[in-house]
Amino acid sequence: MAMEQCVRLENVGRRFGNTEVLKEITMSVQRSEIFGLLGPSGAGKTTLVKMIAGIDTATSGQVYVLDQKMPKLGMFSKIGYMAQSDALYMELTAQENLQFFASLYGLRGSKMRQRIEAVMDIVGLSSFLKKQVSTYSGGMKRRLSLAIALLHEPEILILDEPTVGIDPVLRQSIWKEFEQLSQSGTAILVTTHVMDEADKCHRLGMIRGGKLIATGTPEALKQETGSETIEQAFLHFGGVQA
Amino acid sequence: MRVRALVIRILKQFFHDKRTLALMIVAPMIILWMMSLVFNGSTYEPKIGTVNVPTELNQKLKDQGAIVTVYDANAAEQALWDEKIDAIIRFDNGAPQVKLEGSDPSKNKMILLLLQKVMQQQNPAAGQAPALNITYLHGSENMASFDNFGPVLIGFFSFFFVFLISGVSFLRERTGGTLERLLASPLRRWEIVIGYVLGYGIFTMFQASLIAWFAIHILGIMMAGSFWYVLLITLLLSMTALTLGTFLSSFANNELQMFQFIPLVVVPQVFFSGLFSLDNVADWLRWLGKIAPLSYGADALRDVMIRGKGWSDIAFNVYVLIGISVAIIIANVFALRKHRKI
Repeated sequence: MAMEQCVRLENVGRRFGNTEVLKEITMSVQRSEIFGLLGPSGAGKTTLVKMIAGIDTATSGQVYVLDQKMPKLGMFSKIGYMAQSDALYMELTAQENLQFFASLYGLRGSKMRQRIEAVMDIVGLSSFLKKQVSTYSGGMKRRLSLAIALLHEPEILILDEPTVGIDPVLRQSIWKEFEQLSQSGTAILVTTHVMDEADKCHRLGMIRGGKLIATGTPEALKQETGSETIEQAFLHFGGVQA
Repeated sequence: MRVRALVIRILKQFFHDKRTLALMIVAPMIILWMMSLVFNGSTYEPKIGTVNVPTELNQKLKDQGAIVTVYDANAAEQALWDEKIDAIIRFDNGAPQVKLEGSDPSKNKMILLLLQKVMQQQNPAAGQAPALNITYLHGSENMASFDNFGPVLIGFFSFFFVFLISGVSFLRERTGGTLERLLASPLRRWEIVIGYVLGYGIFTMFQASLIAWFAIHILGIMMAGSFWYVLLITLLLSMTALTLGTFLSSFANNELQMFQFIPLVVVPQVFFSGLFSLDNVADWLRWLGKIAPLSYGADALRDVMIRGKGWSDIAFNVYVLIGISVAIIIANVFALRKHRKI
């Protein structure tokens, strides 16, 4: 398969006032790849994915999505973004939320209905479609939020901590879905601080203190450091001797 | 000890939210100060136009503290219509005729009182002053105070509630993360702003119609002009409240900070809305009233409801309200740049 770069970052830096949150990040995500950004909270993962999603702008370096320099309005319809907060309208039902976001992406009529059915099926919420979101549990909100990100069949899926608060059984089925999406050509960029999830990614970027300290497949990273687990590998790259 | 922990925590929270702290102290002082400016102004000086009045009487009126201007008959009528004077006194065949502007019952009363005094001085021998022949340009002697400030209240309440609701709702869009989600979609910034204006515009139209209908038909407030003008003005006023509310919400981090705009933005406008006569306050303070949307809305509402005026007289106020809304809408589109550059 041709290695097509969906996301490309060149020396990307981001500072807020005097604080440098990200330093010289260079990385890429290929088509059909699940790329995991692994790092502790506060490492700059969210800032990084926001710049790729086009809602934040790099203070230095360039972000390219499908070879277009971000932020660019035309690219928003090709990206599915799920933020760390659920970002749902609590007063509305799940269906009303889905309909609203679907129309923002230009879906209508039977196509909209069909997509809503499909994504609710993926996240296992089909029977709660007509329920008001405020009655949802934390995990259900997270799943609905994920469903919204999948609605418009984006070429690039950016998921910020997608499986927080979701039980292990469902988490496994969601990861299966990620695998399927990636096989059909979607590039998936997922952030996590859960090490066992990192193992399921095709490739990993380890990020710490605003710096990308290592990239590679989970296997390669483990081999390179002679570690048994991703966690040990992370500690190794972080300069901590395990 | 547990109570002490609670007390200390509350105090600490205050010191961390400097803005709330400042507001709790500064806002009451600002409002008290404004009230003192409005209410401590030198006493009201009736503005009277005279036609064919003996110079001696003119002088007596001046001695009583009135501002007297001598007109011919037509010019006096025009000045009264333009609200440059509060009353006309004319002598037809020696009999005094009084015509009051009439829209403010308290002014009416003060002018009549002053005239009675002057008339008594004029011929003390008669014991009883000659009966004045009084007519009203607007309203009548039966006009209640509520008829006078009712139109202002209609404007004020639609402004106040729309400001709060739209502000808080837009704030929640930001704090709840949905704004970020909107900005991650192909939606343009101006589409978000216009969407808000139209969405709330429909709600506001409904609200404005109900308030105006209730005040006029149920409360029986004086209504001399067209209901449609009242609706138009209320709607435009709410539009300024809506745009201002969403705009200011970007400077608030939570609901509490949104409410803090009430004493800073909403309450001062009441002082300039015409509820209180600004004839006596300092010029710079009156100038401040020129940037308050409520002052234009209230002025137009009174023109329509009390004075029965038509389009040509409210047009200026209507255009200003539209102008304010458009200006804030544009500012809103730019304020969203903070969240997404394009």
